[in-house]
Amino acid sequence: MATTQEAKPKGAALIDGVRSSSWQSRLAVAIVAVLVVLLLVQAVKDPAQFVSQLLIGITNGAIIALIALGYTLVYGIVELINFAHGDNFMIGSFVGVTVLSGTFLGLGFFAPITPESGAALKLGGVIVALIVAMVACGLINVGIERVAYKPLRNSPRLAVLITAIGMSFILQNVGLVWKGSFQIPFPSLISDGNALIGITDAVTYRWKDLFVVVITVPLLVGLSYFIRSTKQGKAMRAVAQDKEAAAMMGINVNRTISVAFLLGGILAGASGVMFGLFNGTTVFDVGFRQGLYAFTAAVLGGIGNLTGAVLGGILIGVIGAMNDQYIGVRWTDIVIFTVLILVLVFRPRGLLGDRSAVQGGGGEQ
Amino acid sequence: MMLAKKYALPAGLILLAFLFPLVNDALDAELMFPVIVVAVYVMLALGLNIVVGFAGLLDLGFVAFYALGAYVVGWLASTHFKEVSFSLFSALPAQGVSGRELPGIHVSFWLLLILAGAFAALWGVIIGAPTLRLRGDYLAIVTLGFGEIIPRFFLNGDDIFGYNLTNGTIGIKSIDPPGLPFLPDSWRTWQQFGTLNLDPWYYTILLMALVTIFVNIRLMDSRLGRAWIAVREDETAAAAMGVNLVTTKLWAYALGAVFGGLAGAFYGAFIKSIFPTSFSFNISVLVLCMVILGGMGNIYGVILGAILLQGINFYLLPQINEWVHAIGNAWSSPLLSNADIPKYNYFLFGVLLVAMMLLRPEGIIPNRQRQEELREEDDSIVETARV
Repeated sequence: MATTQEAKPKGAALIDGVRSSSWQSRLAVAIVAVLVVLLLVQAVKDPAQFVSQLLIGITNGAIIALIALGYTLVYGIVELINFAHGDNFMIGSFVGVTVLSGTFLGLGFFAPITPESGAALKLGGVIVALIVAMVACGLINVGIERVAYKPLRNSPRLAVLITAIGMSFILQNVGLVWKGSFQIPFPSLISDGNALIGITDAVTYRWKDLFVVVITVPLLVGLSYFIRSTKQGKAMRAVAQDKEAAAMMGINVNRTISVAFLLGGILAGASGVMFGLFNGTTVFDVGFRQGLYAFTAAVLGGIGNLTGAVLGGILIGVIGAMNDQYIGVRWTDIVIFTVLILVLVFRPRGLLGDRSAVQGGGGEQ
Repeated sequence: MMLAKKYALPAGLILLAFLFPLVNDALDAELMFPVIVVAVYVMLALGLNIVVGFAGLLDLGFVAFYALGAYVVGWLASTHFKEVSFSLFSALPAQGVSGRELPGIHVSFWLLLILAGAFAALWGVIIGAPTLRLRGDYLAIVTLGFGEIIPRFFLNGDDIFGYNLTNGTIGIKSIDPPGLPFLPDSWRTWQQFGTLNLDPWYYTILLMALVTIFVNIRLMDSRLGRAWIAVREDETAAAAMGVNLVTTKLWAYALGAVFGGLAGAFYGAFIKSIFPTSFSFNISVLVLCMVILGGMGNIYGVILGAILLQGINFYLLPQINEWVHAIGNAWSSPLLSNADIPKYNYFLFGVLLVAMMLLRPEGIIPNRQRQEELREEDDSIVETARV
């Protein structure tokens, strides 16, 4: 599919593309177009509500995107669906709530941080919780890779996937033992109030939503910088393109794979804490659903493709939010899983193209 | 002589299985219920074994067929559809106690078994068809997606454009018992299967399981079975040799689904009330665990795996729980004496999956061919990994 094409004027290329497209993709475009039109009708009816819902979707999408990046980083390098990633995210949220409570293993380290604490304490608490969760999840992810995936690197793909499912159940039960099977409340440290008050009253954009974006953007910028400009990032791109050749060039392949897992874990940890602060609760099996959402996002954007994961995450967040509003919350899971199946079956490359390499390899399948 | 040797062990085991209710009664062991559930899981595991073990397609949504089978029985042998009144060879008398016609659809369990198998097979093909050209891991995720969607549909199905199709979280209750109403009155327990005497249930599921085992053995040695193995080992080579990939894979899905559906139908009638929440992803993983622990592709291994894991669930974990409680009481530690160990059974299953894949991916009783495939190392990557 990766044939070299001569450069054509954009319009002609588009017409050619339509001509050569299959009936499936035409149908898909038609369905998506109908859905978008229906959404726009709703948007015209009640623009304020639509925009509020869109903003919520983008916030949810940012949380999903951070998890999706973990899937995509790992898949890009070792072609493994790290099924345990969603549960690592859950562990991240548990670590976050533990740090904020100030007690661990029965030892009280400091007084719990509550909504009544001072602003500086709250800010500090959130930052510390984020950092601790990021470090913990990163290390857990690296540990899982060492124990469970590394010995199987030459086994059939399905063997590793089964191991990953096993790890997912182990992590889930660690969460169950740690915090029990109930919903764990997060202290509501970040205001529920509307950040746009004074500008417009109709559209709701809470401080919480802003908080998620404020944390996510620097993480994305940092990741992008790491992959693009550091030596280790370059090594990752090389390993993703061709393990053997990278090894011949003196790149430590095993360490590079570990770094990919570390980065994925760090993002999952941050995402877990934000999820907890944003939604107010977390529970031991939240990772399964969020993990599948994020995997859907990664595939939708094109697995192995970092930009794709972010785009996919935001799209999934928006689809979920729109569905919550206009169809019903109870159908959201079904809708998202249907998106997952449709994308995998009809466009496994995703929107931006499957890159088995983190950077531009692609087309090797 | 050879023949006698070959059949002695299976025949002995089957005889033992038929005599089991007597032993159970004699020892007052009250093992009927767990043994029936084990037999249901043997059927499920054998069904999944066709897909995963024989054809090498990882199916993470097997619970969907189990649920479909159960809901077929739930719909067609209960009072769920109150608007209609329809009876077909049902074990229940057509008139209720009050003399009025029973509301709902009541079809004979034996007909429903066939219907549930066919319905599940249809869905097996529907789910299988779009996944045919996918790579192994993507295929697994697509089946997982379907396996999540179908129970969620049952969960939300109490309001489909205002129509109550599945009764939502409450589930479908008071499902008709199976029965053989034409038998003489001296066989009262067989006329309509009751809850006090579980013997009829036991012999039914035993017969179903034996048929499943027989069909599996015959399938393994059939032309189709060899085609599955060929596809599993190398799709391209199999296609080049004239194996039709599409029909071969679809048969695997359909036949695997049939046994899932049959098991679900029996389970629905046996438990009498079905809830969408009892068909979670965990069940898919539990059945997968059985297949992997026993040995993918080996029928006897898979049966052993099912018995072992349900044995752990029913016997070992409660036992450990008691020990932990005893230790907790001795040390006066409330943490231990209140621990609920069986709740964490999936921790054990997770460890089992990881450990089996790391140490013995071919399972306890391996299938020779499968063993070679799973231990096979790709030389070109070995070099890199050791750098």
